[in-house]
Amino acid sequence: MKQTALSQKHIDLGAKMVEFAGYAMPVQYSGVNEEHEIVRNGVGVFDVSHMGEFMLRGTGALDLIQKISSNDAEKLFDGKAQYACIPNETGGIIDDFLTYRISKDEYLLVVNASNIEKDWNWLVKNNTFDCEMENISDQTSLLAVQGPKAAEAIQDLTDIDLDLMPYYTHQTCTFAGIENVLVSTTGYTGSGGFEIYFPNESANQIWEAIFNSGKNCGIKPIGLAARDTLRLEMGFCLYGNDIDDNTSPLEAGLGWVTKFTKQFTNANNLLAEKENGIKNRLVGFELLDRGIPRHGYAIIDVNGKEIGKVTSGTMGPSVQKAIGLGYVPHSLSAIGTEILIQVRNKQLKAKVVKLPFYKAN
Amino acid sequence: MNLSADLKYTNDHEWIKVDGDVATIGVTDFAQRELGDIVYVEIETVGETLDKEEVFGTIEAVKTVSDLFMPVSGEVMEFNEALESNPETVNDDAFGAGWMIKVKMSDTSELDELLNAEAYEALIS
Repeated sequence: MKQTALSQKHIDLGAKMVEFAGYAMPVQYSGVNEEHEIVRNGVGVFDVSHMGEFMLRGTGALDLIQKISSNDAEKLFDGKAQYACIPNETGGIIDDFLTYRISKDEYLLVVNASNIEKDWNWLVKNNTFDCEMENISDQTSLLAVQGPKAAEAIQDLTDIDLDLMPYYTHQTCTFAGIENVLVSTTGYTGSGGFEIYFPNESANQIWEAIFNSGKNCGIKPIGLAARDTLRLEMGFCLYGNDIDDNTSPLEAGLGWVTKFTKQFTNANNLLAEKENGIKNRLVGFELLDRGIPRHGYAIIDVNGKEIGKVTSGTMGPSVQKAIGLGYVPHSLSAIGTEILIQVRNKQLKAKVVKLPFYKAN
Repeated sequence: MNLSADLKYTNDHEWIKVDGDVATIGVTDFAQRELGDIVYVEIETVGETLDKEEVFGTIEAVKTVSDLFMPVSGEVMEFNEALESNPETVNDDAFGAGWMIKVKMSDTSELDELLNAEAYEALIS
């Protein structure tokens, strides 16, 4: 099993560790509900160093990104980040990822840990543009400082004005005395905050600095279990659960990052799918009966016919409801549609609701 | 951890408190810590007579679902209804207010097959 630069730190802090995407990762510290609320109302820190990072450089970098990305990277400017997926040639999704434009000829791509090798190979295969590629995943640490008090917690560690950074932007700065740290206003929790990228050898120094600086804000380490409940309350897709090699970006609700203003892998088929109308749609639902939906449970229509599968489900700590995501036929995807979830031997009433489940005050 | 010598235990991390032919059953403190925050306890077997090892209910944590197994055979007499609205009681007081069911045992000799505190301590250490 691979370690992040901070795996031992998590063990020392009493975290419950699990293997995730081949890495020893903290799944929980004090308890998932408590950690979840810390991020919603205060500030918490996730070690997400297992994520993959690729540097793309050269005049062909943008061409390569435009070819593999569903989104239009031409719209990026220096210091801007963009969410997108990597479509495959058969209608599915290779990964979802972030593109950071450092400069016109230099980009950082951030991908899911479980897909690093698959994505890298795909990029290599598509690199007919003489783009210089470097996989810096193993040398790069990533901390996500998330929550409404995130800026206050870490402002003293840098000269850049964190409160002034718009959503989905980034700056390279000196952070906690370390030069060339990339700070971005991204994250996957729906509670705001920052993601901080730096070389592994600075991990302990930056971790300590963040916790010292954030002490007065009640900063706490947060495990991956709370990361999952936080993202699910926002209706954000998790690769491997809600999206995968066989799910359509359009059916997954990623049409907003699928831009037909340019050519990219499978664009023609996806455009045809859009014009002909999608067959299924990923929807959010909440249970009306008591119970909890889980990945893989069947979704049933009111006539008793199986119409789809739950892709993610949990008891949402902030919304205090049993919530889930799943694919249903497009005709049954309207807000308010009554559906049933097969939970063990029972069919529990549920209804399609608008995403996100959680709305910040 | 202080395991009460007055209780019996199972390999499935349940505890059993015996009073005559009535057994009160819950999950151990070790089990609740392993499961994490309990968000739902579903027990719909009240009134049913079940064999040892049969499933009498389900306990759900944020991330996981686990079946609850009868440690002894008998009739499920009562379910701790307080857990319906406050399942987290299992986390807070696994050996006390977090109890799950009371069972009228049909064969008290089955108790001899259960673990004592010492054997259970060895299992979880």
